[in-house]
Amino acid sequence: MLAYVLRRAAYGVLVVLGVLLLLFVLFFQIASPDDVARRALGEKALPEVIEQWKANHGYDRPLWPWQDFSNNMLFEHYRSMLTFDFGRSDADDVVITERLRQGVGPSLALTLPLFVAGISVGIVLSLFVAFFRETYIDRVGVWLCVLGMSVSILLYIMGGQLVIAQWLRWFPISGFDPDPSVVGRFLALPLVIAVLSGVGGDVRFYRTVFLEETNRDYVRTARAKGAGEIRIMARHVLRNALIPILTRVVVAIPFLFMGSLLLESFFGIPGLGSITVDAINGNDFSTLRTMVFIGALLFIVGQIATDVSYALVDPRVRFS
Amino acid sequence: MEPHVISNVVVVLVLLAGFGIAAFVRRNRMWNDALRELWRRRPVAIVVVAIYAGVALLDSAAWMGGVESGEDVVAAHEAKSVLDRLFLGTQEKSYSAPFADAEFYGGADLAHPGSHPFGTDILGRDVLYLTLKGARVALLIGGLTSLIAIPLALLLGVSAGYFGGRLDDAVFFLISTLASIPGLLLLIALIMVMGQSTFSVCIALGVTSWVGLSRVTRGETLKLRELDYVKAARALGVSQLRILVRHILPNLMHLVIITFVLMFSGLVLSEAILSWLGIGVDGSWGQMIDQARDELTRSPIIWWNILASGTALFGLLLAVNFVGDALRDILDPRTLRDQP
Amino acid sequence: MSAVLEVEGLVTGFPSADGRVPVVDDVSLGIDAGEVLALVGESGCGKSMTALSVMRLVPKPGRIEAGRIVLAGRDLRELDVLEMRRVRGHEVSMIFQEPMTSLNPVVRVGDQVVEAIRLHEDVSQAAARARTLELFGQVRIPDPEARLDAYPHQLSGGLKQRVMIAMALSTRPRLLIADEPTTALDVTIQAQILELLRELQRQSGSAILLITHDLGVVNELSDRVAVMYAGKIVEQGSRRDVLGAPRHPYTRGLLRSIPARAEPGAPLAEIPGVVPPPSEWPAGCRFATRCPVRFEPCRDQLPDATALNPGHTAWCHDAARDPEGGS
Repeated sequence: MLAYVLRRAAYGVLVVLGVLLLLFVLFFQIASPDDVARRALGEKALPEVIEQWKANHGYDRPLWPWQDFSNNMLFEHYRSMLTFDFGRSDADDVVITERLRQGVGPSLALTLPLFVAGISVGIVLSLFVAFFRETYIDRVGVWLCVLGMSVSILLYIMGGQLVIAQWLRWFPISGFDPDPSVVGRFLALPLVIAVLSGVGGDVRFYRTVFLEETNRDYVRTARAKGAGEIRIMARHVLRNALIPILTRVVVAIPFLFMGSLLLESFFGIPGLGSITVDAINGNDFSTLRTMVFIGALLFIVGQIATDVSYALVDPRVRFS
Repeated sequence: MEPHVISNVVVVLVLLAGFGIAAFVRRNRMWNDALRELWRRRPVAIVVVAIYAGVALLDSAAWMGGVESGEDVVAAHEAKSVLDRLFLGTQEKSYSAPFADAEFYGGADLAHPGSHPFGTDILGRDVLYLTLKGARVALLIGGLTSLIAIPLALLLGVSAGYFGGRLDDAVFFLISTLASIPGLLLLIALIMVMGQSTFSVCIALGVTSWVGLSRVTRGETLKLRELDYVKAARALGVSQLRILVRHILPNLMHLVIITFVLMFSGLVLSEAILSWLGIGVDGSWGQMIDQARDELTRSPIIWWNILASGTALFGLLLAVNFVGDALRDILDPRTLRDQP
Repeated sequence: MSAVLEVEGLVTGFPSADGRVPVVDDVSLGIDAGEVLALVGESGCGKSMTALSVMRLVPKPGRIEAGRIVLAGRDLRELDVLEMRRVRGHEVSMIFQEPMTSLNPVVRVGDQVVEAIRLHEDVSQAAARARTLELFGQVRIPDPEARLDAYPHQLSGGLKQRVMIAMALSTRPRLLIADEPTTALDVTIQAQILELLRELQRQSGSAILLITHDLGVVNELSDRVAVMYAGKIVEQGSRRDVLGAPRHPYTRGLLRSIPARAEPGAPLAEIPGVVPPPSEWPAGCRFATRCPVRFEPCRDQLPDATALNPGHTAWCHDAARDPEGGS
């Protein structure tokens, strides 16, 4: 078990290094420091101005170690990312780490409840639909899921803002206030909309998982023992279905911290998602690559956690 | 080469490919049966997809001239597609509601009263026309992206699965690395560093979507490799390339097609998000929806623009999703579950 | 002796493109206490569906359409869901063909047997566990104490089947249904499991409905035999009668195709053709398409039961025209 966890973690470290290399190629080779400078300063910027800008932002070293082993961008890139010393924003010179620290709170305030609500609503609804398999409840349920999946999240957001906030005035259209007594009012609408927009795909996925499990032989054995349907679902099916469910859930983990790009900026929540959107609009490459790295890092950690929890759930993994 | 010439060539190629596939399906029992079954199960969805494809083709065949150079000198020197020509002379000056006789704000008379079933947008363009033009963009995104993603995924997935060893380790590492970056962030990063254009959006979508398909093809190739008839072919001394082409690839095609159809709706939805971030493709429904953000805050609100583009997007995705689901049930009920 | 199970006119059908197809068609059989009835036939003949019908576990969209299933005086078809649940695993237990997949992979095998006990008896966890340990000993699982906490993947196929048997016998059912209990196992293990079943059956006095396609197994274990073909029982009687003096051409064909009985060097006898799918069953005798002795009425007329020896019955036109059995 320990060996398994260690092996998994070692591969995770390797993947982190791979992601960093990929980011380096993207953000330094494909979009070279000169490009970045020109995008910030304009196409007609004088060469001296560009050099000055590069020097100010720490982009004035050669890229690769074979150009200058002791002083190159690649090593600096690895060093800064791995020590979480992300430097300053290309756009406004703010220390990126500082900005991230401010953004995490609002992001988590939105995504933690969203994570819990999304999973529980998805699983409860799909258990319900799977329980009525082969009936019209099931068929209508699947229909609704496909319907829901075919609507862009943009439409959910705009429709929700228009109807619930603008016409019915149940909640504010957007904004954020960390005061615990009012924060719920700001988060309610994005929460409802996000759950609604994701529930179709989730239910359809979980339903397939549950149906596949309920067709297995051990379920027939449990029925032959005289176990009831609810007991079979709770004690036998759910535990086996946990494995594919975990896999899907872990995909959502980076968004726990990153927040949802769309939701945060639509609803004016000053979290990491909003920071990312600002970075896109402001050609702020240093912030952007930091966000991509953090997203990937969280995902990799999440994957390792999933694999470890597989081992906890599934004895076949644990004892192999 | 002029863009419209390329576009015309593509139309010809698409039509030729369509006939080629039709001829192949006629001779191939399995595909023939599968498509018949698909048609039996989902006739409406197939017709809807065909209509979208038809509109897209109408907007792709384009040529110069034939436009009276009266008011707009520049426009007269641009190539116009069949669709453009159908909607020539529907230009207004500003917003107007569906079938209105006057402008929405101010109430000035329209040049063509009552002729805009979905109204006009801020520049006075017919919204029905813009919405129909979006079909080409959507199919272009799906098509171009899969042209990039499918060969890449097949090449890497199949060779990794078939040859194994170091190559498999390398490909698996590449897949793990790419799959570790949250899809939307990778998309954004790719488009940002390449600079925004239709082509770079498609490349970015291709790069982010080949991973899933490649994982599927690799896994399936690993299984196929161990099947008796493949082993037998190897024992008989059939060349590796021939085994791959004759025995492995044909048995992957159904997975490729199902994955592609199921992927399609994800691609178009991603593009809508990119449009909203300002890095999408020009003329897409995503962009029209994005514009509607302001229009919904006006008073009174402009609702027809988002209604038309949103419905068009929804209709295509719904039809494609239904076709994809049915295809999966028919061709492969087991291997492919929804990818997480 | 009194009948433990009496099935009368059982019809179980599945929907198909052209209406419902009865995969079990008008099947009647009875099992007395302490008796082993073997239900024999090729795959797809409906023998497993008959068993699942008795458990009322026919997979959807199939369902029981007609007939009575009387277990110890009660018609199971008239029980409601809760009553039926109390019957399953308590009065009737079932062992399945695939021991590999029939146990829940993420639950310890001991707990799975404990669950079976505690579903039907109000005993403490500890008492149920003690009973499970005892059962594991009875089904000769070596080192039973340690095996209680094993997961299914840690046991061999034979051991898993022993666990299934322990589970099935845990509540001392009146009737045990064993659906091809040895098919998925190695030959040496098969013999051990059969031996075990026979011994446990003698000890407990449970009746067994043994479903198999293996006439060797039938000969080992059964008291009476029912031969099934394409949804219908074609011959039924004591083991001695059916195996020793078969009257239905299908039974004869089955017996002739046993390799052990073949002449050395001579080609193995076979029944030509395959069981037709339910949609292509003939209107008359189901076996008419493959029968070597078919004649005029076989294609269009369903054969009636022909009583031969006491308790030996064949549903065959050929047997009917010559009940004494000249051939």
